[in-house]
Amino acid sequence: MAILVNKDSKIIVQGITGSEGSFHAGQCLEYGGNVVGGVTPGKGGQTALEGKVPVFNSCAEAREKTGANVTLIFVPPSFAADAIMEAAAAGIELIVCITEGIPVAQMVEVKAFVEKTGSRFIGPNCPGILTPDEAKVGIMPGFIAKKGSVGVISKSGTLTYEAVDQLVKEGLGQSTCIGIGGDPIIGTTMKELLEMFEHDPETEAIVMIGEIGGSMEIEAARFAKDNVTKPVIGFIAGQTAPPGRRMGHAGAIVSGADESAAAKKKLMAECGIRVSESPADIGRTVKEALRK
Amino acid sequence: MKIHEYQAKGLLKDHGIPVQDGVTIDSLDDAEDAVDQVAKEFSANRFVIKAQIHAGGRGKGGGVKFSLDRESALENIKTILGMNLVTHQTGPEGRRVKKVMVAQALDIAKEFYVAITLDRAKGMDVFMVSSEGGMEIEEVAKTSPEKIVKEWIVPGFGLRPFQARNLAMALGLNGDTAKQAVKMFTALYKLFQTRNCSIVEINPLVVTEQGDLVALDCKINFDSNALYLHPDVIAMRDLDEEDPAEVEAGKFDLNYIRLDGNVGCMVNGAGLAMATMDIIKQRGGSPANFLDVGGGANVETVKNGFRIILSDPNVKAVLVNIFGGIVRCDRIANGIIEALKELDLNVPVVVRLAGTNAEMAKEILANADVDLISADSFEDAANKVVEAAGA
Repeated sequence: MAILVNKDSKIIVQGITGSEGSFHAGQCLEYGGNVVGGVTPGKGGQTALEGKVPVFNSCAEAREKTGANVTLIFVPPSFAADAIMEAAAAGIELIVCITEGIPVAQMVEVKAFVEKTGSRFIGPNCPGILTPDEAKVGIMPGFIAKKGSVGVISKSGTLTYEAVDQLVKEGLGQSTCIGIGGDPIIGTTMKELLEMFEHDPETEAIVMIGEIGGSMEIEAARFAKDNVTKPVIGFIAGQTAPPGRRMGHAGAIVSGADESAAAKKKLMAECGIRVSESPADIGRTVKEALRK
Repeated sequence: MKIHEYQAKGLLKDHGIPVQDGVTIDSLDDAEDAVDQVAKEFSANRFVIKAQIHAGGRGKGGGVKFSLDRESALENIKTILGMNLVTHQTGPEGRRVKKVMVAQALDIAKEFYVAITLDRAKGMDVFMVSSEGGMEIEEVAKTSPEKIVKEWIVPGFGLRPFQARNLAMALGLNGDTAKQAVKMFTALYKLFQTRNCSIVEINPLVVTEQGDLVALDCKINFDSNALYLHPDVIAMRDLDEEDPAEVEAGKFDLNYIRLDGNVGCMVNGAGLAMATMDIIKQRGGSPANFLDVGGGANVETVKNGFRIILSDPNVKAVLVNIFGGIVRCDRIANGIIEALKELDLNVPVVVRLAGTNAEMAKEILANADVDLISADSFEDAANKVVEAAGA
């Protein structure tokens, strides 16, 4: 089961002929994912990944010829907004955009566009999705993860790897790990993923890693209070970040009182989430939660 | 990216929005000419001298002075130009004032607050106005949020005329002033949209005794992801207003922010970098910086990272915390070795490498003739670096 992607997902890669796109498409294929093709406008008819997959001119064509239901986007920031919209217009069910640096105003329009099509969108500026032993749709290092029953939702890339590593050291595997991205406007929110994990029979506990800035963690925590029966373990990065400064992620900036790490952690705890104070205790906190 | 008030007002003028106008100078030699020009061009006999720095709270810090005549204007320019201005946004060290705007003084009847920014939760731009202008808007938002009236802009549709009218009505405007407001708000959203601004704020927007709407102050920030679309905006960047180490880091695609602690941090990924700062604090230390070396970290980025971290004299120890996904730890290890050999390092360095090729990296470090403290886990690394910084 898991959520979003599994071994049956048919994956195409937009930007597969670029250096990043081809490298990571190869990694996804090597992990065992079902990469069925790629899209680069103007390069249709060629092949990629040493002749293993066909390249198409458009998402619509790729979908028609391969039956793809997942797309992974690596195109440069100035073309990424269009690539996401093209995938949504082609009816691809799940769109994962890794690209960093897309103008916020373009993402506002993309989000409104995608919502009208019914596609699910993850990202941008994210590490993607990993369902251990089944499929990797993104750039997470597959070897650190282990199949199991902990769902992981995170705004950050490497902090996700850190959390996964801690879980594995505690003997806990993961159902699915999702990096949702650290931009101000993103596709799928923490709340939506909490709901999906709640309904996933393979998932027994959920880790939610947030950051300063925005109110997404607060919305997710409020939702969890009344709607999630599985234990939720949370961490918020950026306790020491000075207000008004953008800490790497375009979204990680404290602009209102409720966006600080302290405020988010307090509200999460009030909503019944087990908050790990230290980023080094995420694994242990999950273990304890599962023991109870 | 931020710009100065005088630059923001220039953009407003380009969009036909009336501003409190003036002349901006960076030398005392130009003071007399500037005052005379403002007197002549804007028929002004009273002036406001305004420090141009990238921080709010200038008035309270003594960086904005009302001047009743030419003499006091010149006196105030002398005081403000070159002063070290401390506001709640500059930090205690303050900011040196390198430019002042000599502006016309206006007869003010009313002050309003106007701003456009992104509402992240709604995924739409939001246009906000408040009749409580000139005040600390954060305070208004906290104590009487009903006094801030908002209109959300549906993506693709722009600010509709009825919305602009609603905003004008919310400010209690009528007649010709209301018409001016509708025109101004429409132009202001157009500016926000066409230049990919992240915030446009006019505080205060004033109604003069003559019934005219004028932007008295203006703050504009831009979405740094969209700067590639606007070379004219990039041209307005003032490097004097930025931390030199942060500017230097930017040249190497390093994301560095200086803080006031003594433990230097080099981390890959923004989330892990913030978490590293947090754990240092929790273990009783204090981070000296945020530094994300990014996904493409190699020998050069690591070397430059060390150089920039060590340019801060407060740094007493450095923690390298890398969780390799795309980043290969063996490359980081080689970078650390080169940096330690080339740079004259006199502070302890704690290294924690995990993920891709971590074992290979540990071997490389163990066999190299360099002095460093190796750590096995995130927790271990934090404990060791805090101890090293304290010793």
